[in-house]
Amino acid sequence: MTNLEKYSRAFAESFGISEGEAKTAKYQEVANWDSVGHMTLMAALEAAFDIMLDTEDIIDFGSFEKGKEILKKYDVEI
Amino acid sequence: MMWKFEDFAENTAFIAEDGGKTNYAELAREGEQLAAAAGGRCLAFVLCRNEKGSALGYASFINHGIVPLLLNADIDREMLDALLENYRPDYLWLPSDMADRFGDCGNVYAAWGYSLLKTRHARAFALNDDLALLLTTSGSTGSPKFVRQSYNNIRANTASIVRYLELDEAERPITTLPMSYTYGLSIINSHLWAGASIILTQKTLIGKEFWQQFKDYEATSFGGVPYTFEMLDRLRFFRMELPSLRTMTQAGGKLSPELHKKFAEYAKDTGRRFVVMYGSAEATARMSYLPYEKSLEKYGSMGIAIPGGEFSLIDADGKEIAASETVGELVYKGANVTLGYAERGDDLQKGDERGGVLVTGDMAKRDGDGYYYIVGRKKRFLKIFGNRINLDEAERLVKTACGCECACAGVDDKMKVYVTDAALVRYLRKFIAEKTGLHFSAFEVKVIGAIPKNDSGKTLYSALDD
Repeated sequence: MTNLEKYSRAFAESFGISEGEAKTAKYQEVANWDSVGHMTLMAALEAAFDIMLDTEDIIDFGSFEKGKEILKKYDVEI
Repeated sequence: MMWKFEDFAENTAFIAEDGGKTNYAELAREGEQLAAAAGGRCLAFVLCRNEKGSALGYASFINHGIVPLLLNADIDREMLDALLENYRPDYLWLPSDMADRFGDCGNVYAAWGYSLLKTRHARAFALNDDLALLLTTSGSTGSPKFVRQSYNNIRANTASIVRYLELDEAERPITTLPMSYTYGLSIINSHLWAGASIILTQKTLIGKEFWQQFKDYEATSFGGVPYTFEMLDRLRFFRMELPSLRTMTQAGGKLSPELHKKFAEYAKDTGRRFVVMYGSAEATARMSYLPYEKSLEKYGSMGIAIPGGEFSLIDADGKEIAASETVGELVYKGANVTLGYAERGDDLQKGDERGGVLVTGDMAKRDGDGYYYIVGRKKRFLKIFGNRINLDEAERLVKTACGCECACAGVDDKMKVYVTDAALVRYLRKFIAEKTGLHFSAFEVKVIGAIPKNDSGKTLYSALDD
């Protein structure tokens, strides 16, 4: 699986949406991207890429696109 | 009058997300205008967000004898329609961006991004003189059941909270819970009583904006349900720089003893207060608190009764248990025990049905020093992210929607729905999440061959696999 696939799948499974829908997902605009969904997504990404996200990055992680930038800091290229 | 806003005229009452301030004199004056537009005692649904319009509308209605029924503005439309039909309120007070969804209502007043809509009903049901407020027991499962709170209930509980939390005008809590939820509302009630400044935000603590507001407006306290503290732990809260923070309160379910200890240690090390509490909408809001000085020594405990309240434990025969370390059902006595429930409009004329005594349905024990510990529940309900979900109601909801057999069980933050039809799994998980407004990760739908029953046809929950 490519990183993009892993990344999209984490969104799809955390919010109950399709991988296509994941690409435009933004915090609080997707029904299940609430605080619980957010922490679910963070845990899924940490597991998928074997990283530990900093607080600043967790609270800054507001969209599919923003997340890609953040993961670069952890040497994860999506 | 519940609150004496004129006593704090120059103090700031609300700080909005954009930094806009409302002082107590404005709160009193603008509240009078709204109440005048509604024109006297009647029933009003308030669709709440943590915004000035909701908070001001609520406070104004209470202060002017208009009975608010509080709902989260995110409520499922079908559920809202059923409630509107059931209670036939005279008015809806809601965010103006929702007003056009109610085309058959006339817009009679608007301010601060909120609108007062007149329905076609005019005092459809008689209101008991003592009735102040209607609050959901959980905000979930579409239950049409509301707790009837009196003016005395709110006054007694609010004064008690102000006393044991030692609240004064220097406090600046930031909202972390919906105001239609009893615990979130008690924070608003008590801080308006103390003349403090409430930071109103719709942002949640997993967003950058929330923490920016926290810092910019120098929040001194916040409240959270167990899940809030789990998130904070994961957010490595203990490493955050929050110089203004003085107090954290916790309620809405039992925090794990480990996390209780962790936050108590953090509070002790940093000179802050961590106060674990226990309560329910049936007791207006709060029944117990663990004094912050005891937070570490007695971690895992929900503390002692609030000032003016009293606990006892009863055995299966209803006899009081005198011995310590003995589990019994927790009973609370106090002026904040609410009048009773309403399930339909006709119930709004009912008076006090509880006489100041609440049999909680929670099983507890008391240690030798008089501190209480919740050990389980007698009633079938779970707390999901702080929201009470009645398992029997959830079963009825599923049965009505799918016409199938179903059994609901599980533990806090993880409900299991047992069904016999595999085709329902995906649909049901989404359905329950939508109806309760809670994230679907809390719900697991399991397929079993048959729902286990005893001879009299009752579901055998102990026979469900785990």
